[in-house]
Amino acid sequence: MDGVHDMGGMHGFGPVRPEDNEPVFHEEWEGRVLAINRAMGYSRTWNGDISRHAKEVLPPDVYLGSSYYRRWALALEQMLMDNGLVGADEFAAGHALRPGKPLKRKLTLDQVQNALLARGSYERPAQAPALFKAGERVRAKNMHPKGHTRLPRYVRGHVGVIERVHGCHVFPDSHAARRDEDPQWLYTVRFDGRELWGDGADPSVKVSIDAWEPYLEAA
Amino acid sequence: MSDHDHHHEHGSELSDTQLRVRALETILTEKGYVEPAALDAIIEAYETKIGPHNGSRAVAKAWVDPQFRRQLFENAGKAIASLGLPSGTEHLIALENTPKQHNVVVCTLCSCYPSGTLGLPPVWYKSHAYRSRTVADPRSVLRDFGTELPADTEIRVWDSTAEVRYLVVPMRPKGTEGWSEEQLAAIVTRDCMIGTRLPDPAQGQR
Repeated sequence: MDGVHDMGGMHGFGPVRPEDNEPVFHEEWEGRVLAINRAMGYSRTWNGDISRHAKEVLPPDVYLGSSYYRRWALALEQMLMDNGLVGADEFAAGHALRPGKPLKRKLTLDQVQNALLARGSYERPAQAPALFKAGERVRAKNMHPKGHTRLPRYVRGHVGVIERVHGCHVFPDSHAARRDEDPQWLYTVRFDGRELWGDGADPSVKVSIDAWEPYLEAA
Repeated sequence: MSDHDHHHEHGSELSDTQLRVRALETILTEKGYVEPAALDAIIEAYETKIGPHNGSRAVAKAWVDPQFRRQLFENAGKAIASLGLPSGTEHLIALENTPKQHNVVVCTLCSCYPSGTLGLPPVWYKSHAYRSRTVADPRSVLRDFGTELPADTEIRVWDSTAEVRYLVVPMRPKGTEGWSEEQLAAIVTRDCMIGTRLPDPAQGQR
């Protein structure tokens, strides 16, 4: 979806402000949200792409006006309701009003270490040969899907070069919409800064994205 | 939105969010979906074990050990695991800074970050300013960090739009000849491995 989360190239957000000796969490609740998010992710009730999309569909003013972890909290509440795990009446009451439903799996203390150190893989067996190879010119499609996508607006319609072929990876557009992994070839595509931002752009800049094959066409 | 408004909003939202998150945890615990002790352990791991010190050790080793350096650029996840350090993903790629090319990592769409190796991202990495400006005008972003690069150095920005994660391997600075791996690791800060700063030998001479 063409939401406010797709920020590449936008103006007006001001300077970047690095913080010296930044703590891991600024507020205690941020750590709780992170941990709840990890624990519920472990339950396999939803996947990471559904979780990303849940933040993207927050109303634009809420998205922009909320801190990173507040967005996580809001998205968590919505996903818990969407999946029938918690009722709106329970959020209103601040307590459980009914017993929980069985989860596919529950993150217990003895599993935390393994869960955090697990090296997840998104690569899957190829369904078809790759259409492109390194060095070929491709155009990012001019497409505007209403659902979740990982093709940022600022590259759409622009021509770049395939730099690397990563193998077939879980395709977020299908994974978020239908929980279908629908693996697709994944490429690193490199664009010249002037191709993206015009003749006035810094000529020393190159930008790459990682793009699945359905985002690309031969150029 | 001006910065003033931005901070103001964040200030007034805190208590509301705090209460909300407390209720969320209560409900999930009562329903048997989460175990508070497991949540505590996750937080503790990110506060003590999973942090940028892991990436610093790998980079310092790559500076002194050519064989490890090769392995790191061939398969970063495997190389980092061989040191007994967490990588968190099968899809980690190490990016080599050279006099000709400087690498910077961003995620414009959310805030994807090599958190298995570097821990949780700093607030600035997740900020709207960083996410919007880095792909269009990276030199101005680097200047916000006090980082100036030669005009003829190519700035290569990596937008993390998939599950591939990127780790910048900075150049070893002059003036660090004969340093131990431990001394070297101390100047490989988190920001150096994202690409917004350069290692500073003055920070290591204590």
